[in-house]
Amino acid sequence: MSRLAFRDLCVWFGEGEDRVDAVKNATFEVPSGASFGLVGESGSGKSTILRALMGLVPNWSGEMVVGERKLGEKRDRAFYKEVQMVFQDPYASLHPRHSVDQVLSEVLKLHGFSDIDRRVNALLADVGLGPSYRFRYPHQLSGGQRQRVAIARALAPEPSVLLLDEPTSALDVSVQAEVLNLLTDLREEHGLTYLMVSHDLAVIAHMCEATAVMQNGEIVEMLSVEEMRAMRAEHPYTRHLLESASGYNPNAEQRA
Amino acid sequence: MMSDSLNDPRLGFRGWLLTDTPTSRFHARCVAFYSGWLKFRSNTMAMVGLMILILLVLIAAFAPWIAPHDPLAQDLAGRLKPPLSEGHLLGTDSLGRDILSRLIYGSRITLYIVTLVALIAPIVGLLVGTVAGYAGGIVDAVLMRLTDIFLAFPRLVLALAFVAALGAGIENAVLAISITAWPPYARLARAETLTIRNSDYIAAIRLQGAGPMRIITKHIWPLCISSLIVRVTLDMAGVILTAAGLGFLGLGAQPPSPEWGAMVAEGRRFILDHWWVATMPGLAIFIVSLAFNLLGDGLRDVLDPKDAG
Amino acid sequence: MSEKPLLDIEDLTVTFPTRQGDFQAVRGISFTLGRERLGIVGESGSGKSMTGRAILRLIRPPGRVEAGKLELEGTDLLKLSEREMQKIRGQRISMVMQDPKFSLNPVMRIGDQIMEIYRFHTGAGKRAAYEKAIEMLEAVSIRDPERVMRAYPHEMSGGMGQRIMIAMMMVTEPDILIADEPTSALDVSVQTQVLSIMDRLVRERGMGLIFISHDLNLVASFCDRVLIMYAGKIVEVCDADRLHEARHPYTRGLLGSLPRLDEPRHHLEVLKRDPAWLDAPSVSGRQ
Repeated sequence: MSRLAFRDLCVWFGEGEDRVDAVKNATFEVPSGASFGLVGESGSGKSTILRALMGLVPNWSGEMVVGERKLGEKRDRAFYKEVQMVFQDPYASLHPRHSVDQVLSEVLKLHGFSDIDRRVNALLADVGLGPSYRFRYPHQLSGGQRQRVAIARALAPEPSVLLLDEPTSALDVSVQAEVLNLLTDLREEHGLTYLMVSHDLAVIAHMCEATAVMQNGEIVEMLSVEEMRAMRAEHPYTRHLLESASGYNPNAEQRA
Repeated sequence: MMSDSLNDPRLGFRGWLLTDTPTSRFHARCVAFYSGWLKFRSNTMAMVGLMILILLVLIAAFAPWIAPHDPLAQDLAGRLKPPLSEGHLLGTDSLGRDILSRLIYGSRITLYIVTLVALIAPIVGLLVGTVAGYAGGIVDAVLMRLTDIFLAFPRLVLALAFVAALGAGIENAVLAISITAWPPYARLARAETLTIRNSDYIAAIRLQGAGPMRIITKHIWPLCISSLIVRVTLDMAGVILTAAGLGFLGLGAQPPSPEWGAMVAEGRRFILDHWWVATMPGLAIFIVSLAFNLLGDGLRDVLDPKDAG
Repeated sequence: MSEKPLLDIEDLTVTFPTRQGDFQAVRGISFTLGRERLGIVGESGSGKSMTGRAILRLIRPPGRVEAGKLELEGTDLLKLSEREMQKIRGQRISMVMQDPKFSLNPVMRIGDQIMEIYRFHTGAGKRAAYEKAIEMLEAVSIRDPERVMRAYPHEMSGGMGQRIMIAMMMVTEPDILIADEPTSALDVSVQTQVLSIMDRLVRERGMGLIFISHDLNLVASFCDRVLIMYAGKIVEVCDADRLHEARHPYTRGLLGSLPRLDEPRHHLEVLKRDPAWLDAPSVSGRQ
């Protein structure tokens, strides 16, 4: 059974002459418990798909289905309890004047939990931060620690689907490894479904069983992880992405 | 982190205030406050400003004990005595009243005006600005055009019109100044809201199902307030001067009340022969305005959300 | 390498005073640069960008640059006056930054900016500067240089902007180009183009390139020699093509923490930082 389904999703900004089509006829499904990747460069529309699902873009057409439910114009709290998102930049996604404790307890209160004190500590433990981090402010945390807090916030309502928007692209590689490992563990422990956006094929191949490659708002190719590892791709753009994942290749330019 | 060792119990209360690992909500607030205080304290000029203002508050509070004379007691025999004369450190005015005592009592009026304006104007501005900025669309257009109308009049002229309509007096002067002072705050709050509104942390809390009321009051206000506080302290000099101006024009505090602006106005008649009558209250206005400006500069360094984080 | 190096650096230190005492961003590193592509890799805070800036003396006070030796072909850069240093910047040593958006003047036409730099450093006439600018834009594979000359920076895409930056930095034909994360703001398709342009310029003009990056794979495949920096020191120096055989535990840890297409793993290796690395002496990158 599929957890998320997108059929002919189109997203556009502006009207008339100024209309920009950010996503064109995107169709794909993410099975329950799976991890699905969206790869492409900036402006290819990969993040826009996540934002459309979360109800953060005004204009879209097509169909988005979560579980059995077709999404309409508005998202209710029940939706946000089921689907959560982790943003790209941990330096921008935490309120600068709210302590970790404030961030997490507010979310827990919004979702009507009562044993907030216990849950805040449990969430911090889940993301590998001790209770000593509970009353710190974002400026007292490193990038990796901030991203852990952002992940804890997304986990607070106990969602079944997590949308990950380039969750490690603002982090150093050693910290990226820690965060990716954490995400791997959390998925196993909580049985989460991931929809992950990245520009880095190696990260997607590490985290996801399948991926859609996007260029200029269109999905140009679907790849399984085996195909990625074997560098078997049809579309020239995908092939270029695969090649550059392993560094600079002086002969690659002519083919690009 | 380099300062994990600060948890050392030997460091006592100071260590408790400087720790990187606070243990409760209250503790975290204290630590944040103390680090702000340390930053503020390193700015000497701001500390000077703060000292002057604390002194002003003390003078106002203990005026009856400090003032050597009754500020309203006239002594026509001893009128227009120069500074440093017997019993009158700053001299006397045209009715023989002791200028020092009048300045001391006048500080109460100044503080009263400043406090009320500092409460009313930024709060109105914050409400209008954040609602306009967050709601956008028609609400934004209506509120901001209203703001523009207020901004289109010169401040003193508008205040004059209000006082003329409401009647002269301190309360009405405060009201008039507040009414003319809020539009810049609304503009500032709206501009801040527009940038905050599109940030990831606002998106994140929206994705938890938070409504606009909660977002504005709990997430946007705390970030706007700091820049408003800075702006208010920097504007206080202007408020004091506007109040003095209204007093000078006879529309603020009424004689014989020792309001500083009104005192300058009274002294105007003798400014060539008896300079001190107008100069002393003028100096008082100048010093307090300067103190607010210095304080504002210091606060800006501490509260600026861009680097304090 | 028997040839005299272009740049000779010994015991370079960059210090910033803070309230908790002095903070050393770069802690006594030594290396030389010949006519080669020298990569500097490290994580954020390792001091790699500070090294690049220190060479150009772009560290603002209260930051301090100190060195036993900081010589450009025998000229001691630390002894030069600020005016003389301005001549060095751009003419002898150029720098390309991460984001072209912040390095180009938004209200000046691109052509005028390139020509201004060229004329400032060579005193050439307008006509000559124009021709030189066109030539440089062609050299960085810009197809329609006349049109680009008339355009403003905001009309350019990120990749175009970065190529224009390189053209601008190369117009004076410097001996050394310092590129600080020149491609990390760019998409992969453009990244390759920009790199191959720099590659060609180094080979054809015999320039020295300092390539500062956090991307190990990129540095390994693009550079000749690599310095690995950690906490303001050089922990390891190796030939770029042998980076994957690096021995220092930090380098090994970094490599292990990278997800790889060819080696599927359930968990990535997590770098364990050894406090002893902080106190170990810096490895020399002199040749």
